[in-house]
Amino acid sequence: MSKRDALQRSNCARGQLAKPQVLLTIVALVIAVLLPLAVKNFVLFQLTLAMAYGIAILGLSLLTGFNGQFSLGHSAFFALGAYTAAIMMDRWGISYIWTLPVAGIVSLVFGFLFGLPALRLQGIYLALATFSLAVATPQLLKSKPLEPLTGGVQGIVIIKPDAPFGLPLSSDQWLYYLTLAVVVVMFTCAANLINSRTGRALIAIRDNPIAARAMGVDISLYKALTFGVSAFYTGIAGALGAIVIQFVAPDSFTFAFAIALFVGLVVGGVDSIAGALFGGLFVLFVPNIAEQVSKGLAGAVYGVIMILAIYVMPSGAAGLVRLVVSKVARIRATK
Amino acid sequence: MELVLSQILAGLSTGGIYACMALAIVMIYQAIDHLNFAQGEMAMFSTFIAWQLLHWGLPYWLAFFLTIGISFVGGVLIERIVFKPLKNAPVLSHIVVFIALFAILNSGAGFIWDFTIKSFPTPFGTTPLFGTLISSHDAGMISVTIIVLLLLYAFFRYTRVGLAMRATAANPESARLVGIRVGWMIALGWGMAAAIGAVAGMMIAPVVFLEPNMMISILLYGFAGAVVGGLTSPFGAVIGGFSIGIIENLSGFIPYVGRELKLTIALALIVAVLTVRPSGLFGRVIVTRV
Repeated sequence: MSKRDALQRSNCARGQLAKPQVLLTIVALVIAVLLPLAVKNFVLFQLTLAMAYGIAILGLSLLTGFNGQFSLGHSAFFALGAYTAAIMMDRWGISYIWTLPVAGIVSLVFGFLFGLPALRLQGIYLALATFSLAVATPQLLKSKPLEPLTGGVQGIVIIKPDAPFGLPLSSDQWLYYLTLAVVVVMFTCAANLINSRTGRALIAIRDNPIAARAMGVDISLYKALTFGVSAFYTGIAGALGAIVIQFVAPDSFTFAFAIALFVGLVVGGVDSIAGALFGGLFVLFVPNIAEQVSKGLAGAVYGVIMILAIYVMPSGAAGLVRLVVSKVARIRATK
Repeated sequence: MELVLSQILAGLSTGGIYACMALAIVMIYQAIDHLNFAQGEMAMFSTFIAWQLLHWGLPYWLAFFLTIGISFVGGVLIERIVFKPLKNAPVLSHIVVFIALFAILNSGAGFIWDFTIKSFPTPFGTTPLFGTLISSHDAGMISVTIIVLLLLYAFFRYTRVGLAMRATAANPESARLVGIRVGWMIALGWGMAAAIGAVAGMMIAPVVFLEPNMMISILLYGFAGAVVGGLTSPFGAVIGGFSIGIIENLSGFIPYVGRELKLTIALALIVAVLTVRPSGLFGRVIVTRV
């Protein structure tokens, strides 16, 4: 790692929000709040889904970007959250609002439990173990013993919730605002977590586990907990995704989805909190764009866009932004 | 007992496929120090090239070696064109490029040769051996795997280039300091991996038939085999591949869930093996100096 990189990282770890950053966040929020007045319901639906993916990618970012543990299996936690929400709403008739925290907590427990054996695995071996989880998920969801609960191959259809309190919003608009609120809460929490003592411990484990242990960080506990928190984020994202799409089925959660989340993570910037949202947009929109360019070669176009994205921003969108900001600062300083 | 024995034999024949693939994966891992997600699609693409050559009326063995040559050049070109400009990018970015290659090769093959299933000839015939479970093609495939393994072992163990490649993967900076052309060693590794992938593809295609998605599940088992055997050991990869084939077949016996969850059980076992031996069964434990 170059010296400048290290410096940037430590700046980011200290989390001093520079003034332009605060300003940008406020502008982005205002635009996000006003957007439903301007665009069609379908576009809103897509944006809502992209935000849900963004939350899932943020979970992955906490794990991979800040704690240095690979995961190619986050589709499993997304599926867990989605199915928890669907089963609660459809089978037990519980309101969709309550499904979010429950989905998060169920995923947290599973993530923590999965994180325990994963402690022994590193790098590529951990990637394979989590990848196995992703591959096994659709099969488990389809399997006979679970069929009464999961609906097997058919999946579960859920009814789209309407806006409460007689608010004059379409259900797409309401879900958009709900997801936006969840995004604001979850992203703020993640930023605070990373800037806290715990966050510094996570980053220390990523950068130098031996030094971290010497400083008194309980590596096993932190790693397993990070797995749990990461799964918590992804589980809530899954519940939101299920409510927005109104449908869950085993084949929506194949390993291809886990890989898509991973691509979103890298394209957004692995150790960037705002980058996760960019990743969510990338995951949702780029395959559609590729399909519009060429039906037959959609996969190839998607691949080429991915490669170009990596060429232009080798450390993700966040890395590019950091680079531009530091360049601008240097030009100003020399003037 | 007899049933178990016959299932083990059947497992060996599917295991041969996985062993082929696992070997190719370990090869490129030794050369570039990453798992290549596009490996299966590269093999699939090479097999389509072989099919095209055969379609044009070339004799089998000529097409076989021609395909190996073309794949080697293709592998080197991929490294030179796509990866060389990114050599300073973070590892995770490389993995995204692997995924991109995967998508490009898969959809490219579907576009050129379309998605219909094609049959692929075998040079070994299909007469059954040992009862009906292993055909002469399976036996031929296993022997080819073993021959490739021995050639590779000799190459890495006894030639200067092999040694240079191992040095490059283990420690690029030091390798450069002793005068190894690191960039070309990596390109060579890509070429060899593509060539081995081509061999694997041409051996596998008669069994699973040729189509753009043929390699996806095989790649997964190949990865699993390679990791269980230990990514640092080609021998381990072959053993890992075979044992996964056997485990997969035997787990069909577990009552109630066995058939449906074959893959899941095999994967759970792999994770279990890894938690006991984190570097795989035959892998060296790599100690990093701090």
